[in-house]
Amino acid sequence: MEVDLIFKIAAIGIVIAVLHIILENSGRKEQAMMTTLAGLIVVLLMVVQQISLLFETIKSIFNF
Amino acid sequence: MDIYKIVGIAVIATILATLLKSQKKEIAIILSIATGLVILLYVSLYLNNVIDTVLEISSRVNLDLSFVKIILKIISISYICEFGSQICKDAGESSIASKVELAGKVIIIYISTPIITSLLNILSDF
Repeated sequence: MEVDLIFKIAAIGIVIAVLHIILENSGRKEQAMMTTLAGLIVVLLMVVQQISLLFETIKSIFNF
Repeated sequence: MDIYKIVGIAVIATILATLLKSQKKEIAIILSIATGLVILLYVSLYLNNVIDTVLEISSRVNLDLSFVKIILKIISISYICEFGSQICKDAGESSIASKVELAGKVIIIYISTPIITSLLNILSDF
């Protein structure tokens, strides 16, 4: 789960970069922008889950 | 053996982040955040054992547990603060990073005031 997260994020990033370039070159700049934004939000959601897990773990370790 | 895994993950993630930086800088930042999180979560098991040992030793020495907990809180606050400020600096926002550090320092001082008060009480009792 953990190491896969890194590879998933990298793969999504590469796919978004490629899509962005293709969409820009074919003249659809707004769709390029929106695809980038959508991918960013997806990746952010994945990372935010991990961040909350980290903070829970730290809280439980240090016995707050 | 685990340190090899950690270093390997870190190196691979650095390479991937550099690859993405020229295209999509935002995803590179998120990638570095995720790598840091994965490594921290991996190491948290060891940290758990260390903290348990520290608590056990301090209870054997009859040290007041609340003070040890305050010290542990301060340690964790400084770790998280460092994590956050380094991410901001990597993204080029060094002003946000310094505000995060300032917030960490203020919170640490705020938390350690009970220790100072009780120390002054002990001194004034003499």
